[in-house]
Amino acid sequence: MTWLLPSVVAVPVLGAGLTVLIGRRLRLQRAIALSGVAFVLVAAVLLLIEADSNGAAVAQLGGWPAPFGITLVADRFAGIVLTVSTAMLIAVLVYAMAQLGRDALDWWFHTKYLILTAGVALSLVTGDLFNLFVGFEMMLIASYVLLTVKTGPGEVRATMSYVVINLVASALFLVVIAFTYTVAGTLNLADLAVAFQTLDPAVRSALGLLTLVVFGIKAAIFPLFMWLPDSYPTAPTPVTAIFAGLLTKVGVFVIIRTQTLLFSQDEPSTLLLFIAGATMTVGVLGAIAQNDIKRILSFHIVSQIGYMVMGLGFLTVAGLAAAILYITHHIVVKTGLFLVGGLVEAEEGTGALDRIGGLLHRRPIIAVMFLPLALSLAGIPPFSGFVAKLALLQEGLALDRGIIVAVSLAVSLLTLFSMTKIWGGVFWGETTEPSVPAARGMTVATGSVVALSLGVALFAGPLADLATRAAADLVDPAVYTGLVLGGG
Amino acid sequence: MSLAGLLIAAVLFAVGTYLVLQRMLSRVIIGLGLMSHGANLLIMLSGPGPAQPPVIGADGGGLPVADPLPQAMVLTAIVITFGITAFLLALALRSYVLTGSDAVEDDIEDRRISRAKHTAEVTPPLEVHEVAE
Repeated sequence: MTWLLPSVVAVPVLGAGLTVLIGRRLRLQRAIALSGVAFVLVAAVLLLIEADSNGAAVAQLGGWPAPFGITLVADRFAGIVLTVSTAMLIAVLVYAMAQLGRDALDWWFHTKYLILTAGVALSLVTGDLFNLFVGFEMMLIASYVLLTVKTGPGEVRATMSYVVINLVASALFLVVIAFTYTVAGTLNLADLAVAFQTLDPAVRSALGLLTLVVFGIKAAIFPLFMWLPDSYPTAPTPVTAIFAGLLTKVGVFVIIRTQTLLFSQDEPSTLLLFIAGATMTVGVLGAIAQNDIKRILSFHIVSQIGYMVMGLGFLTVAGLAAAILYITHHIVVKTGLFLVGGLVEAEEGTGALDRIGGLLHRRPIIAVMFLPLALSLAGIPPFSGFVAKLALLQEGLALDRGIIVAVSLAVSLLTLFSMTKIWGGVFWGETTEPSVPAARGMTVATGSVVALSLGVALFAGPLADLATRAAADLVDPAVYTGLVLGGG
Repeated sequence: MSLAGLLIAAVLFAVGTYLVLQRMLSRVIIGLGLMSHGANLLIMLSGPGPAQPPVIGADGGGLPVADPLPQAMVLTAIVITFGITAFLLALALRSYVLTGSDAVEDDIEDRRISRAKHTAEVTPPLEVHEVAE
């Protein structure tokens, strides 16, 4: 299985090169992109199975043993997130193919998309701090170029702020790397976990805070989220959907990985819980003030990040398991919601709530797909969001953290309110003039994401067990270091 | 880490931060360049210090060999920053062609809110084609 691990990065990169070489042959480009991402999905599933039976799949690149070479690690946590992410990458790719030509996604869309896939995969499976920087930059550079598929004044302005803030974060990340290397003399995550145990606590918490700021910008947590609702809604739907589903969640993944492995504490972190509460509140209040589907949904990304940080803040097995479950559910639901928003825009030509109406009668299928996703986002039973939120609340009550539980319940209510706002604006009300039906492929892709979200709810039991096993690995850094250094 | 190097990195970051907060895109890009120089300098300083070139087979005269890892990292970081800076410059040029000015435009939402404050009445909700176009 070890040979599979580098291939989740190498295959998409090779595919991207191939799409450049063959030039403007659309069918061939599509075939390469689809098979590339499909390969990563198959590999991700196999790696997850391997990780669940053996603890982790570990590959030492170039045959150099652990602390010296670059290590790739797919433990249960990375396997879960990688599998869900690539499933979404495929669904959005199918959606984009159906939309291509309508929304003038350009010729090199597939190249950029494959680089994005490779960047996401590398960021998730890498076991090395500097390699993580490289993976993040691959992902971000692809995302910069994807944001400027169209280069009108709006896109250029939004992309500008997105690139500048991410570049500042990357410079800070380099500072973290430099300081870490100075104090520890290694950048291998497992080796660092060992070295940090004997480090001066003051230096350790300073590095931990700096790391939190760097990935807090990328994950859009309070108060570092302002760039997100500004830049995401301007891009074409497939691009926004995949950004919403994946990019910030990779940031959350790294926050969880570093805070548990390198900067772990024994008791719940009040700082993280405060950030979680503030993130969810500010995000949902921003969403309520908006009038455009994509802008509402963009603010909800911020709000939902708060729940994941809340799970991390507890720093217990149950809390982290809930956070993992929440990430799994959220990647699917958020991508699906943006795809539905894109369908509405494709049919009506706008996403402004006050200019659409009565879609329920003309296109009931869109309403049918929107409803479970929206209710799931708000955490209404029996949908997937309910399971994840329930796990979070139970752990919050068990740890006697009443304030954060109350805040998260209030935010859920407000989430439901803003979802009913979309429902009332888009599906009820007076029928606007007849619209162009969206391409069938777009509807099919959205439908499959909705089905997957229902699947998450249906198989919540086994998924929760898997998440608990993954969280147990995270809570004890010795598991990770043992797998990487001992198993090398 | 040498104190002089740290001070230079601090100055680079301070100047870079000041420039990034300006309204002119050209200054922002120069500021980002200075910030990444500061970061790269810190990586260079993170090794154990000056020593012989890390070349296998070279005669070191018994002196210690320098740590090659920070040098490899700084090369990678420079290449990545170089690529992104080139992209940013292209973007700034595009912005200049479109708007005829080098300054960053106001956010549409911000403008709406400040308009509402000045006219002291409820302005109509944001027209979405303003965002989309």
